[in-house]
Formats: sequence, structure tokens, C-alpha cells
Amino acid sequence: MKSPLARRRLGKTALNAAGVLVFLVAVFPVYWMVSTGFKANDQIFTTDFIPFPTHFTFEHVTRVLTDGVAGHSIWLYMRNSAIVALGTVLIGAVFALLSATAVARFRFKGRTPFLALLLVAQMIPAEALLIPLFLGVKRLGLYDQLLGLIVTQVALTLPFGIWMLRTFVAAVPKSLEEAAWIDGASRFTTFWKVLFPLVAPGLVATSIFSFITAWNELIMALYLINDPTKYTMPVALQYFFGQKGTDWGAIMASSTMMTIPVVIFFLLVQRRMVSGLVAGAVKG
Amino acid sequence: MTNTSTLAPRGGGRASTPGRRRSHRPPRASGLPAWSIPYVLLIPGLLVIGALLLWPLIQMVIISFQKVGLVQISGKKPATWVGLENFTKVFENDIFWSSLRNTVVFAAIAVPLTLILGTAVGVLLHRLGKKMSLFVIIGIMFAWAVPPVAQGMIWRSLFDAEAGIVNWALNLLPDGLSNALFGRANWSGVPWLNDAWSIYMALTVCVVWAGFPFIAVSVLAGLKGIPAELYEAAKVDGSGAWRTFRKITFPLLKPVFAVLTVLSIIWDFKVFAQLYVLAGTTNREAYNLSMYAVTEAFKAPPKMGSGAAIAVVLTVILLIVTAAYIRQMFKQEEL
Repeated sequence: MKSPLARRRLGKTALNAAGVLVFLVAVFPVYWMVSTGFKANDQIFTTDFIPFPTHFTFEHVTRVLTDGVAGHSIWLYMRNSAIVALGTVLIGAVFALLSATAVARFRFKGRTPFLALLLVAQMIPAEALLIPLFLGVKRLGLYDQLLGLIVTQVALTLPFGIWMLRTFVAAVPKSLEEAAWIDGASRFTTFWKVLFPLVAPGLVATSIFSFITAWNELIMALYLINDPTKYTMPVALQYFFGQKGTDWGAIMASSTMMTIPVVIFFLLVQRRMVSGLVAGAVKG
Repeated sequence: MTNTSTLAPRGGGRASTPGRRRSHRPPRASGLPAWSIPYVLLIPGLLVIGALLLWPLIQMVIISFQKVGLVQISGKKPATWVGLENFTKVFENDIFWSSLRNTVVFAAIAVPLTLILGTAVGVLLHRLGKKMSLFVIIGIMFAWAVPPVAQGMIWRSLFDAEAGIVNWALNLLPDGLSNALFGRANWSGVPWLNDAWSIYMALTVCVVWAGFPFIAVSVLAGLKGIPAELYEAAKVDGSGAWRTFRKITFPLLKPVFAVLTVLSIIWDFKVFAQLYVLAGTTNREAYNLSMYAVTEAFKAPPKMGSGAAIAVVLTVILLIVTAAYIRQMFKQEEL
């Protein structure tokens, strides 16, 4: 054990063991959520530790899909969440692309203050906006409407969307656009035929980020929607904490269903999200 | 569709462009001087940010000096100015001070824990083999991807008094040890989510668990940018792991850490969804400023003015932190 080779091998084993430990710590709660959704109630409501569902059941999954909460199946809430998230993405992507092109392609007076504004906007707590937005949405007749929720989500996701997208626009070599200009293409043609296809992957990454944010959002959905048929998933989930006790099987089955799209999207763009969030600090 | 229609007027330049251009200068969009183009592009984004972020922010400050109750919300009566009354009433309330304390103490504990754990895992990922590193990254990605509401649900079930794993695990401890450490041997039915302190302990576990992966992956990205020669040189000089971290890794990754610290502070100061799920809104002792602002504004009868006053306090705290953040971002230049 004294030889450097043996010591290095021991070090390697220790590192790998630490890696496995980190993996387990991270994954266990997620695994617990998924597996509880498939456990029969006698295995959920026990003081024993039951590592995996030996009484495997689809009971909770089918229950939330058919009966669901408050008389509506989980599909309705998933659909509402999807409408809000997709609406946010579609509106937000257009606005983000235009602004991102402006700050990444042009040097103009007011550019620096605008970038500072984006950073400040990311910090503003949703709680602070909720009260005036609630009053405004009510005045506009958008209270209890998914559209009202979409509008607020666009506001919450746009600053980061622009911030993230601008690095993608900046990464497209200017010479490509110049070549198109020399060939007589207009600014619009250049934008549409040259810049847009190259920025498309960045637009996808930014859109996925906005989608996840809007899909997960709780506060606005909680206070801008009153009609149970318009609940989004995060709001609907609360109603499994009934007076008769907590329906853990249903909660975990629905939480899993809510998490699946996020995990898929996350795996697609996690790298871009990291570089977007710490852009300017991490070089390269 | 909106995209096309917004741009169409400028796109008209295509038809009027006669043949090849000689100059390298971009073509002038029809009717628009070149200097105005970035401003035209910015208009939609600025309108959204102005109307939905800045205007509400100003409104919030105005509302914090007004009385906005049920009659004012319904529009039957105009909001009345009450000066500093909302603020003085809020400051006289014990719940405000416990919320402020909860917010600050929670951030003061959760932020360093997340950063230290995340950095340690980031360094570990950097030293692991390629396959092992990918395996761990995918694992921690799951923890990071879980929506905040689902995070709260998971930890609420793990800390459940009757069926929670936490109580089961504590019951595994030898009775003597458990008694010596915590003064109790039987943990069955211990309700973690009743008292403010134990709610915040559960919240800390939840937030650190969900937050460390982002730090780890960011630190890993930073580490990959540091030339390997620096570490080899350090090794030749016989520098230990801790010394290497202090003398090479930390100074080079300082800007990364600065940004990560500020982002974590911002996130942890306004944590809402997880706390909402873990504690609910009835336990006033467990409020943080976010929760207090919202419940005060929307309780029955609603007190939007006091809610706004609390939100102003939270925003001012976050603004101070963000000032440091923005300075850091602009120091990097090349925005």
C-alpha cells in the first residue's frame, strides 16, 4: 500500500466512491417521488422503510388521470400548464430575438443601461410584481384567464431570455451577414435567411428555459386564477392535501408527471443554461 | 407571425435594392436611418419590460403608501393615501421581524452550504474519469430539474411525521447515541413541519439539495477553462489539494464564484414555492418576506398596501445585492 501506484489506485477508488455517493444523494429523493407513485397505500402509510414498491400499482396514476383533483383529471391541469408555457414561449421568443439582435449586433446609445436593466429585472421578486399585476389584470378583464397568466410569464422570462439569446446572436460571425449584404440582400433577408437559421439552436435553448420557468411557476398562477378548471399543475397539486389526510400516492404520481417534461428539456439544454446564467463570468 | 409583421416594413428594402452593392456597409432599410434600427428592434422588448416589470414596480411603491382593500380593488372607491402608515404598521408587527429574520438567517445558512457543497462536487467531477463524471452529472441533473413545487412535495413526504424516511432513519440510531445527541430515542411521529425552526431546517435541506447541482456544473465549466499545466506545475512543486485550490482554482474562478454567490443569494432570499408546500400559509411564524408580502396582500380582507410595503423591503434588500452583481458583470466587459 506504500507504493505510489497503489496509493493512486486507492485515491481513484475513493474518488469514485464519492462520486457514487453524490449520485445517490441527488437521485434518491427523485427516486422516492417516482416509486411512491407506484406503491400501494399500505406501503406508503407505514413507518417502515420500503425501498421499492413490492405491491406495485398503477392505482394512483389512473386515479389522478381519471378522477384527479376537484373533479377534474390531471390532464386538464397539464393542458392548462402547457397552454401557459407554450404561449409564453411563442410570444417571448419573438420579443427576445428582436432585442437580442439589437444588443448583440449594434453599438448604440443606451445599450449599456439596457443590459443593466435586464440584470435588474431578473432580480425583481415576483411577489413585488404580483400586487400591481393582479390589479392590472383585473382591470383589463384578464383575471381568471390563462392569457393573463401568459402575459405575466412573458414579463418574468423575457429579461433572461434576451440575456441568454444575445450570446448566441453574437456568436454568429458578422462576416456572414456582410457577405449577404454584398450580394444585395436586404437587412430583412439577411436576418431571416442568414442570422435566423444560425441562431435557431439558441432560440430553442432560450425557449426551453422560458417553457420550464412558466411550467413551474406558482405565485402568479396561485393568485391570478380562481376558477379550478383553469388551475395549472403547481396549483392543482396543493389540493391533494385534503381534510382527510394527505394523498401521497396521488401527489407523487402527479409530481412525477409534472417533472417528466422538465427533465427531458433539461437534459437537452443544461449546458446552454449554465453558460447563459453565468455568461460574462465563465469565458469560453 | 408577429415576427414577420413587425419586420415587414423594413423588409421592403429587398425590392428596392438595385443589383449588387459595392460598399460593405449594410443596406439602408427603407425609410429608416441606420442609427434607428437597434432602437426599432428594441421597442417590443422595452414595451414588455416597461409595461410588465417597471411600471408594476413603480406601482408597487405607490401602493405601499396607499390603502388598497376590497372596495379599492373592486374600483368602487379610489385608493387613499396613507403616507407611511403601512410601513409603520408592518414594522410594529412581530410577524414582520420574524419573517425578516427567517429570510436573512435562511439565506445566510443555505447560500454558503449550497456553494461549498456545489464547489466540492464540481472539483470532484473535474477529477473523476470521463464516464464516472457523466454518470454523476446526469444524477445531479435530476435533482436540479425537479420543479420547485415537486421539490417541496418530495421533502414534505420525507419529513412527514408518520411515514417519513427522516424519522425512520433517526430511529435506526442506537438509542444511547440518539439520546446523547438529541435527547430522545423514539422519533416516530415527530412533526418536523410544525415549528418554524424545523420547517427551515427541512427547507434548507431541500434548497441545498436542489441548488448544489447548478453550482457544481458551473464550477466544472470554469475548471475546464483553466490550463492543465498550472495544476501539473503545482503538483511538481508538491502542492497539496487544498493549497492548489486556494492558490490556483479559487483566484482564477473568482468571477464565477462572485456571480454564483449573488445568484444564490437572490434565489434564496425570495424562495417561495418550496416554503409554500412545506409550511403552508397558516403558520405565520414560518413566513419569510415573500410569503408574508403575498399572504398579507391576499388574505381576507386583503391588505394590498401592507403587502406592497413588505415587498418594497424585500426588493430594496435584493437591489442592494444586485448592485454588487451588476458591477461584477460589467467588470467582465465584453457583454
